[in-house]
Formats: sequence, structure tokens, C-alpha cells
Amino acid sequence: MVCAIAFGAVEILPSDMFSAIQHFFQGKDPANIYEGVFIQIRLPRVLLCAITGAILSVSGVLMQGLFRNPIVEPGLVGTSSGAALGASIVFVMAAKFSPEFKSFTGPFLVPLMAFFGALAATYVVYSLAKNAKRVSIMSLLLIGIAVNAVCLSGTGFMSYIARDPQARSITFWNLGTLSGASWLQVFIVGTVATIIFILSLRYSKQLNALLLGEEEATYLGVNPDKLKRRIMLLNTAMVSVATAFVGVISFMGLIVPHVLRLLIGSDNKRLLPASMILGATLLTLADMCARLILAPAEVPIGIITSLVGAPIFIILLKKFNLLQQKGGYNA
Amino acid sequence: MLNAKNIQYNIGKKHILNDISTEFNPGEFNMILGPNGSGKSTFLKIFSGEINDYSGSVLYNNKNIASQKKETLAKYRAVMSQQPELSFPLMVDEVVMMGRYPHFNFNPKKKDFVICDEVMERMNLSSFKERNYLTLSGGEKQRVQFARVLAQIWEKPAEGIRYLFLDEPLTSLDINYQQEFLQIAREFAKKDTVLVAVMHDINLATQYGDKLFFLKQGKLIAHGRPKEILNQALIKVVFGVDITIIENPITGAPLVIYT
Repeated sequence: MVCAIAFGAVEILPSDMFSAIQHFFQGKDPANIYEGVFIQIRLPRVLLCAITGAILSVSGVLMQGLFRNPIVEPGLVGTSSGAALGASIVFVMAAKFSPEFKSFTGPFLVPLMAFFGALAATYVVYSLAKNAKRVSIMSLLLIGIAVNAVCLSGTGFMSYIARDPQARSITFWNLGTLSGASWLQVFIVGTVATIIFILSLRYSKQLNALLLGEEEATYLGVNPDKLKRRIMLLNTAMVSVATAFVGVISFMGLIVPHVLRLLIGSDNKRLLPASMILGATLLTLADMCARLILAPAEVPIGIITSLVGAPIFIILLKKFNLLQQKGGYNA
Repeated sequence: MLNAKNIQYNIGKKHILNDISTEFNPGEFNMILGPNGSGKSTFLKIFSGEINDYSGSVLYNNKNIASQKKETLAKYRAVMSQQPELSFPLMVDEVVMMGRYPHFNFNPKKKDFVICDEVMERMNLSSFKERNYLTLSGGEKQRVQFARVLAQIWEKPAEGIRYLFLDEPLTSLDINYQQEFLQIAREFAKKDTVLVAVMHDINLATQYGDKLFFLKQGKLIAHGRPKEILNQALIKVVFGVDITIIENPITGAPLVIYT
């Protein structure tokens, strides 16, 4: 964390960090530019990054547990692609929105639209998958794929009709960016994350029982339909909020739960807190790389997570094939 | 005691179960027999509370199970289904501990660990504790699942009577473990447990069963003590198979020979 704060386009010494925190709590203004960068830019960014990493990973654990399927990632039920569609509509059509609406939302126009896009897409997936009170996991998955495709083509259409700078904004957003981090964002995402992490821990036992299948879980006193609704709700809420501010960051939610299952097993009670920590750490590292590789310019963080994440994922899969031959990790 | 009154269950227009009324007493080993598709598993699912949209009523100790919460029911009713699978790797002791889930909130209590140890000891699974469930053979998995199910209702509940349902529990077990399994189940039944098992092997059913229930096309054709109801004509009607019945020279139970 301290490293991540220290390195960047502007390097900050630990002594400056310390004095900046001191000044901050004494209610004074930062003494020099380094302290200013630290308090106003670097610290919120690193915090937002860590929280987002934790959210994406925890959401990966929840979704994989719920779907009882290791290839599921948080975006599968439409949340990320819906957010992307919402954001791209803003980038392209913003000029046509009424000025009152824009002045009301201010700088939160993109996050707001992304948030509602995410909610709407997930809601569509969920209600289409619903079949006489029951929601089958298979139809959730399939309808999720279909709705993702629709949102993706919508985003594609938006970039097609967009002018050049707008199209660049869409691309950049789709690759994730933490450069606009502010304390307000940290506060919003952090609050949502804290509440949802605590709630999701309460469901760890029920999610474990679900590993045996819905019927067995019922015999152990779990109501699978209720559990599905709750987990979907928690997951959508936190992923939409995070995605709304930082854009689409792929692979985190897929890879972190996998790494941890190999390391500490599949008990959700351990998996959830561990994925929180590992997710936060990995995304902070990724963001540090994103800032340093082309410094003072920045690489979109989604490029780093996919570029580094995908090979690691393949290596893990190969290893896990080996385990499978011994009769191990099959899914 | 378990009472079933006028159970009727349809899927679409097809009668899966047709007006079944019967009762099961604690202390007895009840065996359900019948051809494929005769409604045996459905029968078990209705009695265990998994299926709810039937007509008629199922009473545990004169209390309708439809009015009871799943959480409460799970404290004294356990079910072993056909071949449950696990989607992610877990240790054997973690799987057995799942049986205790209805009894604690977040962290298992000391008692829960003690019970899991006792069950695994009884099932000769103690050396398997640290094994990955997914690396086990089919028969070993089945024994672990049985341990999980036993752990769920290992203690006598406040209600006094436990309910245990087994759906074809012997499919992947070798002849040694089939006997061991049925012995443990019978021991368990003796201790105030209503025990109902779906079986395929008639000879094992007559050896261990106190009562047999024959189902065909959703109807309860015959039920009673093996010696009283088992005969050539019944097996011909239910399964369409010709048999001869002799007396087992050692146990005295009826022994079915396929001819």
C-alpha cells in the first residue's frame, strides 16, 4: 500500500505522507505540493483501488458459489455490460441531455448512468430468468450471456456513431480507470462495500451448503430461492457502485477466487475475507503498474489486469488439469 | 410417528402418486421397493418436505410438516439423496460438518466437532478427514455423505423423534460396506428414529427391513412385514419378474431367487 502511494508520476516520500496526515488532522492546508498530491490524489486513488479490488473478488466468490460454477465472473449476469452501455450513452449523447439534468448530476452523470445501466441490465436478466417463482441457475447464465451481447452491441453502436474523442472515452472507460478518484467516491464505494461484506459473510454457511446442490441445501434448512435473491441483490449493488466509478475491470473477479481455492480450499467462510484481502492487494499492484509503465502517462488498469491475469489464469488451469487427473479439482 | 394421509401428486395430468395413505413407526426400518419410475423418490421427497405442492398431508408426530420452517425441520430430519455432488473441492471433515449447519449460527461449537468426530469414527472415516472429497471414489463419497446426514441428527432432538430418509443409499457400495451401512442405519432406527429407505435389492430389504412397502405406478400395492407379504405373485405383479422364495437357512428370512 505504502509503495503504491509512493510511486507514480510524482514520487512521494514517506516523511511527506506522514506530515501530510498530521497536517490533515490538524486541519491545516498541505505544506507542499507533495503533501497535496498525497492527500488529494494519491491516497483516495489507492483506497478506491483497494476497495474496488476487494469488491470484484468478493463478488466473484459470491457468484461462483451461487452458480456452483468456476467460470462465472461478476459481470456474467449483465452488471458490467449494462454499466458500460449506460456510460457510453452519456459519453455520446451528453450534449442532448437537458442542462437542468446535467447541472443536477454534475460530475456524477457518468457514474449515475452507469449505475442505472448496471441495475437495469441485471434486473432484466433476473426477471427473464424467473420462471414461476423459481430462478434456475442455468437460465440465469444463458439469459445473462444474451443480455450481455445486447448491451455489448449497444455499446458498440454508441462508439460507432461517436465522434473521435467520445469514442476514446468509451474505450478508456471499458478498460477501467481510477484516475478520477476523489474522497467522495472513496466514501460512497467504501460504505457500500463495508455493509455488503458484513452481510455476505453471514451467508457463507448457506453458500457452503449450496455446494451440495439446491436439494441438499434445502434439507439443511436453507431456502435456495431466497438465498439466490439475496446474493444477487448484494452482488449487483456492490458491483454496480464500483463499476460506476472506475469502469469495467475484467478478470479480477474470476481469478482471485480461483487462486484462493487452490491455496485455502473452498469454505466460503475463509474464502470471503481472504478474497477481500487478495483482491485489494492485487488491484493496488495492478494500478501501480498502470501508473508506472508509461509514466507520466497512464495505462488503463483493465489492460494490466487482463494482460497479467489471463496468463496466470491459464497457468492455473493447466495446474488444475493436473489435479483433475489425480481426481482432484473437477467442476 | 410419521403419518401420510391421502397423498396425491401430479405433474401435468400424469399421476405420480395416487392417493397414498400410510404410517411409519419409530424404531422400525422401512423399505420402499418398486420398479423404475414407480414414484419411490417422489414418495421420499414428499415425506421429507422437499416437495410441497401435493395434496393430502404429511404429519410428523401429529404436526403437519407444511406448517414447519425449513430451518426447524432440518434439526431433526435428514435426507440422503442419490449421488449428491460437490461443485468445489472441500475436505471430508468440512463436508461432514455441513450436517451440523442447522445447529449453529456462524462458528461450529465444540459439541459440533465432537459429534463429527464420533460419526466419522463410527463410519470408519477418521483417516479420511483431511482428504479432498472430490478425490474419493464413488463408494467413499457415499459413505461421507451418510456421515454428513447422520451428523445432522446425531443427537436426540427436543421433539423426541428423528426422521431419516435414504434414497438408494447402497448404489456404489461394495458388499462389505452395504452390510455395514445397513447395520448402522438399523442401529440408528432403534433409537427413536423413523427410518425410510428406497431400496433395489429385495434380499437386503428383507434381511434388514422391518416393513416393506411396494409401489407401482404411483400406487401403494402392498405393505407389511417381509414374511407376511412377500410372495411370488406380488413380485410378478410389481416387477413382472418370476421368482422363487426359499427360507434363508441362517437368518430364517425369506430369500428371493431369480428363476
